[in-house]
Amino acid sequence: MDDKIRQYFEENFKEAMVRLDTFRDQLSLYIRKEFLVDICRDLKDNDEFRFELLADICSLDWLGQADETEGRFEIIYNLYSIKNRYRLLLKVRLPVENPEIDTLTNLWQTANWLEREVFDLMGIHFTGHPDLSKIVTPDDLEGHPLRKDFPLTYEVPQFSWNKNDPPEVIR
Amino acid sequence: MGLEEKIPDGVMLTSLDKMVNWARKRSMWPLGMGLACCAIEMISTFASHYDLARFGMEIMRPSPRQADLIIVSGRLSVKMAPVLKRLYDQMPNPKYVISMGACASCGGVFNNYAIVQGVDKVLPVDIYVPGCPPRPEQLIEGVLKLFEKVERESLKNKAN
Amino acid sequence: MNTAAKPRRTMNLNLGPQHPATHGVLRVELELDGETVVKATPHIGFLHTGIEKTAESKLYYKVIPMTDRMDYLAPMSNNLGYCLAVEKLLGIDVPEKVKYARVCLTELTRVMSHLVWIGTHALDLGAMSMLLYAFRERELIIDLYEACAGQRMMTTYFRVGGLAYDLPKDFDKRVKDILQKVPPGIRDYERLLNNNKIFRQRTIGVARISAEDAINCGLTGPSLRGSGVNYDVRRANPYCGYEKFNFQVPLGKNGDVYDRYLVRVEEMKQSLNIARQALEGMPEGPYRAHVPGVVLPPKEDVLSKMESLIFHFKIITEGFHPPKGAVYQAIEAPKGELGYYISSDGSAKPHRMRVRPPSFVNLSALPKMVEGGLVADVIAAIGSIDIVLGEVDR
Repeated sequence: MDDKIRQYFEENFKEAMVRLDTFRDQLSLYIRKEFLVDICRDLKDNDEFRFELLADICSLDWLGQADETEGRFEIIYNLYSIKNRYRLLLKVRLPVENPEIDTLTNLWQTANWLEREVFDLMGIHFTGHPDLSKIVTPDDLEGHPLRKDFPLTYEVPQFSWNKNDPPEVIR
Repeated sequence: MGLEEKIPDGVMLTSLDKMVNWARKRSMWPLGMGLACCAIEMISTFASHYDLARFGMEIMRPSPRQADLIIVSGRLSVKMAPVLKRLYDQMPNPKYVISMGACASCGGVFNNYAIVQGVDKVLPVDIYVPGCPPRPEQLIEGVLKLFEKVERESLKNKAN
Repeated sequence: MNTAAKPRRTMNLNLGPQHPATHGVLRVELELDGETVVKATPHIGFLHTGIEKTAESKLYYKVIPMTDRMDYLAPMSNNLGYCLAVEKLLGIDVPEKVKYARVCLTELTRVMSHLVWIGTHALDLGAMSMLLYAFRERELIIDLYEACAGQRMMTTYFRVGGLAYDLPKDFDKRVKDILQKVPPGIRDYERLLNNNKIFRQRTIGVARISAEDAINCGLTGPSLRGSGVNYDVRRANPYCGYEKFNFQVPLGKNGDVYDRYLVRVEEMKQSLNIARQALEGMPEGPYRAHVPGVVLPPKEDVLSKMESLIFHFKIITEGFHPPKGAVYQAIEAPKGELGYYISSDGSAKPHRMRVRPPSFVNLSALPKMVEGGLVADVIAAIGSIDIVLGEVDR
């Protein structure tokens, strides 16, 4: 199946591919963000592949890592084909300033909440999303918790020896 | 002596405090609210095996206006804190709070931006029950400790 | 009277976050026209714990206790998913006995999770006594957990490369006891509910979702199979030796609440069947893989051999360093496909741990199910997709 995918992309989306990567028998495909919607529509409707299930959308922050130059953010689209019992990871790198990508809500309804979650926790904008708003964090929280520069925030526990001090919060 | 000789048979005298506290203690109605993992252990406590109804607590009230006791069972997130405070404010006096589990008592393993580090920052807590999650026996022990506390209360000194 | 000229007025109803039928702290904003739901908007995040963020600051093995606390109805499934993902990342294999023990325990976990579901779901629909019956059987499995791990719920029993401790001596006896006592319980539930007029009227034809919509909404697990789509991770992409077990994947036809109920009840029986096979086929052997520097050495060796002591010390203080890369491992949790995406940058802490939460994705299909139905059916729909808010919000 890996070879078929590889061949399919060579033939149809040669200019969209950045690189292919296989780690622990899992094929990941790095693509350019402009082609994302076209590729997904093709993979979904293609009778041979039928990637009908968008299992997950996940985001990564490569701040401070060696390959940050490729783009700080990475979005991983986890497509699954129930017919072929095959999973494909599509990966897109986005730059640090103004990270934007087209929405997939027109293809999959699942994308709605998954994209909202990525927006909320990683701060990536999905153009064309019907309702891009916060989903899990409180309304008054500023920033995007999963970014590496967001502090985890540690509150010093109070014991008998520091119980009279005001609670100290380390950011 | 004195007074008791003059009243008819079948009448017992006691102090008002004792009688009120006895009644309160024996009909403590908790608010049916669960937050996280501890809620499942709380349901276990109320369900068939442990049966908290033995202590006059079989009715979980869905409405805070009919509840005397709120069991904060599980981690309290920053987003949920105002809701919990509001639920507590809606409860009629006298009201009691049991903080169940490590997360509710001190944040537990989640010392981060999303979790309130101890429910006592929001509500006045009467009893802390440790454990992650506490066993049903532990919760029952906490409830019995609360009963002891209720027994010692006085109508005269209670602020509310 | 000219009523047609009046604009139709709708009413907003707020369900939750404190509502006994929302299984935790879910809030659903309903727009009602009379009793019909025009629009349903779930609001989540009332239990947002920041588990994914916290995992980035912990050593690999220290993340396991957090995975318990996501789907707290099925802690062992969560442990399993995480451990398998890290093992895949490291490229290590575990002994056969560990695989069988894991299968046996996760299948019992599925039964346990479905027991809580059947109790609360039936309670929401007005069958109070089901909760008491279901928790009676659940205590048996909880007792097994306690014998294995020393904790009733948050077990952290599966570790990277094996188990935390060896199986208890009376493991056989306890599992056999469960296999003997739970099936009569399940028969009782079926007798109580299957032909119960009230239950049938509140579930048949309610919150129906077609197979195409279900896939499009990303449903997995029993909620998807209730619509007749044959997708079970155990069958499709076997992990942990599931290809060796003989079981059926129950499927529904109509995709309504009743079918999802039937699928889950049948799944409980199949799970008990798998647990029996796992118990019978369990070989003797070590309970941990032998991978120096990654998996803790046995305690007896630590006390007697210098080398093991050094490894023990190193793993506990420093952790282990998986190679650079990223893996995705999916398992069939009681709620659906539970996936862990772990990205490693070569250090001792995960660079990113992403959980693919089945409840979260299943819940996003709620508006699709309830819109156009009655307000009372919302409760049935929420119960039927079996959500756990700890996993939805993480």
